[in-house]
Amino acid sequence: MARTITLRTTSRSAATSVAQGATLESPWVRWTLTSIAIVFLGLFLFMPLAVVFVSAFGKGIAAYFASFREPDALAAIRLTLLAAGIAVPMNLVFGVAAAWAIAKFEFIGKSLLITLIDLPFSVSPVVSGLVYVLIFGLQGLLGPWLRAHDIKIIFAVPGIVLATIFVTFPFVARELIPLIQAQGNDEEEAALTLGASGWQTFFRVTLPNVKWGLVYGVIICNARAMGEFGAVSVVSGHIRGLTNTMPLHIEILYNEYQFVPAFAVASLLALLALLTLVVKSVVEWKSQQDLKEPEEDWSVEPA
Amino acid sequence: MNNKIWMALIMVLAFARPMLAQNAVTLLNVSYDPTRELYQDYNEAFAKYWKAKTGQAVTIQQSHGGSSKQARAVIDGLEADVVTLALAYDIDAIAAQAKLLPTNWQSRLPNNSSPYTSTIIFLVRKGNPKGIKDWDDLIRPGVAVITPNPKTSGGARWNYLGAWGYALKKSGGDESKARDFITKLYKNVPVLDSGARGATTTFVERGMGDVLIAWENEVLLGAKDLGQDKFDIVVPSVSILCEPTVSVVDKVVDKKGTRKVAQAYLEYLYSPEGQEIAAKRYYRPRSEAVAKKYAKQFPNIKLFTLQEIVGDWQKTNKIHFADGGLFDQLYQPGR
Amino acid sequence: MAITLKKRSILPGFGLTLGFTLSYLALIVLIPLSATFLKASTVTWTRFWQTISDPRAVASYRISFGASLIAALINLVFGLLVAWVLVRYTFPGKRLVDSLVDLPFALPTAVAGIALTTIYSSHGWVGRYLEPLGIKAAYSPLGIVIALTFIGLPFVVRTVQPVLEDLDKDVEEAASSLGANRLQIFTRVILPAILPAALTGFTMAFARAVGEYGSVVFISGNMPMRTEITPLLIITKLDQYDYAGATAIAVVMLVASFTLLLAINLLQKWSSRGQRGESREEAVIAGNPLEPSFVQ
Repeated sequence: MARTITLRTTSRSAATSVAQGATLESPWVRWTLTSIAIVFLGLFLFMPLAVVFVSAFGKGIAAYFASFREPDALAAIRLTLLAAGIAVPMNLVFGVAAAWAIAKFEFIGKSLLITLIDLPFSVSPVVSGLVYVLIFGLQGLLGPWLRAHDIKIIFAVPGIVLATIFVTFPFVARELIPLIQAQGNDEEEAALTLGASGWQTFFRVTLPNVKWGLVYGVIICNARAMGEFGAVSVVSGHIRGLTNTMPLHIEILYNEYQFVPAFAVASLLALLALLTLVVKSVVEWKSQQDLKEPEEDWSVEPA
Repeated sequence: MNNKIWMALIMVLAFARPMLAQNAVTLLNVSYDPTRELYQDYNEAFAKYWKAKTGQAVTIQQSHGGSSKQARAVIDGLEADVVTLALAYDIDAIAAQAKLLPTNWQSRLPNNSSPYTSTIIFLVRKGNPKGIKDWDDLIRPGVAVITPNPKTSGGARWNYLGAWGYALKKSGGDESKARDFITKLYKNVPVLDSGARGATTTFVERGMGDVLIAWENEVLLGAKDLGQDKFDIVVPSVSILCEPTVSVVDKVVDKKGTRKVAQAYLEYLYSPEGQEIAAKRYYRPRSEAVAKKYAKQFPNIKLFTLQEIVGDWQKTNKIHFADGGLFDQLYQPGR
Repeated sequence: MAITLKKRSILPGFGLTLGFTLSYLALIVLIPLSATFLKASTVTWTRFWQTISDPRAVASYRISFGASLIAALINLVFGLLVAWVLVRYTFPGKRLVDSLVDLPFALPTAVAGIALTTIYSSHGWVGRYLEPLGIKAAYSPLGIVIALTFIGLPFVVRTVQPVLEDLDKDVEEAASSLGANRLQIFTRVILPAILPAALTGFTMAFARAVGEYGSVVFISGNMPMRTEITPLLIITKLDQYDYAGATAIAVVMLVASFTLLLAINLLQKWSSRGQRGESREEAVIAGNPLEPSFVQ
């Protein structure tokens, strides 16, 4: 038992030190396999990332920064921040609630519920956009009523926010459910027996235990929210300076042969993606730090 | 926790309210792809004109995209005060599907509600290595033609109809010859972009194809922006008169109370100033005087109208572009 | 309470959290999705069938599902390889490579789309070397496969990696002492252990690829019958004011999503059963939030 944990937390060094003779290939096989893997990742991962920055700076640093002085670009950035700023907290609240209900209690239909939460992952973004058009569009179910009451949903900010919420719906929940499940109920039950209220128990006991998973869920949710294209494209209406998010603005610039500004805006999103990966690595490292202590306790147990 | 949701909801609703100040007025002009530069200039000029005339400040918001995509957005509730689209069919669709304007909208402004026109010409690589001179050269084997998908792009429909009209005229009205011509033409198309802008990007930036069939205004404007050292313009012997159309969206302007300014916005397009801005952006003006002044920048082509070769847009769409129509029958992708 | 608790618990908040979860789920996901079916049901069955079995629609399924399948297979093979290399070998920059594997999750699809198009078009970094060989990468079915491979790249790597890390080397050593060679050990011992996880990752990559839109529209060239993916066909139908047609195709895609989701769930069950008795539970307790429970 202890061995597994050691392996996982320090796998990077452990894997190699353990690996010998029977469990290791000859050097040239290792070298070949590693090279193939690197070339594959190079073609599909590093190169797209590099091309974004190379193209963005293709006409110099001045041209790069000039791209962000465009009022339309600024409006797109603002709208993207707003949409993510609403969608992420809402999905965070949902994620925590869902994780609590699913991880802490047993009830009928639980696995169906988990499947349904996963649904937005596998639905094509285009279809997610379409469903909102079918409901809120003027030809849709609620369209005429909305127009009569002068409420704009699609082709306005609410539609963009809704589409964003839909596509990033499961991220926080999916991240938290297995974590809270793994924590078990003992600590919470102890806290409650000692007289803590439900909220206290949650904030003082449950939350600290899963904080890193929560951070990660939030930032991946955020990255996806800011980068959503297909669903938002269907419900946006593409009004310049009003309903274009960053990805949509990139598409417009790209289609207008303004490659430097297109890649400049894209580079912001690429930086966000990189930041997301950095935070992920930090979270990984932090949670390994947190694991160091229990590891010692468990190592006395028989394997 | 619930506070957060309420805050978010309130924010959402706050944004949902139409952005209408008392004194200032905002118009939304929903247009197609290549008019971006035109309306950038025009909106500025109109705002100045309107302020001087009425003292009211007007802000014009623009939305650009493929023509039918834009029409569809209006049908689905995008609150456009005015639509300025690539072809009458798209505005017809708004009238038919969403009943946002009367079906006789085209008779409300001069020239069938088409304040400026354009035509279809070719852009080739520098030095014209494939020796393309006229429509006939486009169907030669080994010539790669770039044109967008006529099912989704307004510009592409004009391209298609230009080719159709040419073949029809050349054969003296023999439809089977025209069908044959279209079949061969689209066999030479390696990429069918969904919009005119995408097709131009494919040709100019991606270096695909030997010839780009495109809007005259787009090609002339592009030649200036994209570098004359890389491309040559080829003007065919005959081509089609493209009539982009404009209209006020009645239900929207009546609701928002913007009819007066929206109406003036479109009428100003027909004024000498409006016509001049259009001409500067390489749209052929309707005004004789302005046309004369800018005659030098437009190549001399014999133009035929849609009416001459097919009929009105309803008929054209039914025969050529509807599902199962001629284009679907004749288009066999791949080489 | 309408829902019976199977197990009593003294923890509070079940009603509140489950109630909120269900209403939010219904509001955001279930009601909107059922609207699609409602809209589709207004069409007659013949018309519906005509739309979804139209040659162009069928061609788009073939392209969407075919390209997704190829991309997922590429990811299966290379994902296994990458996972293997990352777990078993050391090389400079390994940590960096390891964290970059998740890039496709975090990079917006539109950005991926324009970047891949720039690389693989005939003037691009890679495209210019493919062109003389007669290979057209961008604006061809190959371009779609490239984009979908990018999108699905992390799935197999991230599902296989933890299983590979947990794999007990004793078994391999034992097999070796019994005279098995390295290849035999791999096919007889290692492969069966990681197969369920690999298949889960494969199915996830496939499911994600089938619905993908943002990155593909830039690189595919969007030719009907040839490089038109199903999500694009939905958009095209909408742009032709054909709401019923768009909805009908959307229903086909939704049914495909449900099926794939079901398949993933079954595979995951199989995969975790395969590992029980080894160390699955401990792995979870180790509370590694980094393993992509977020992947689908």
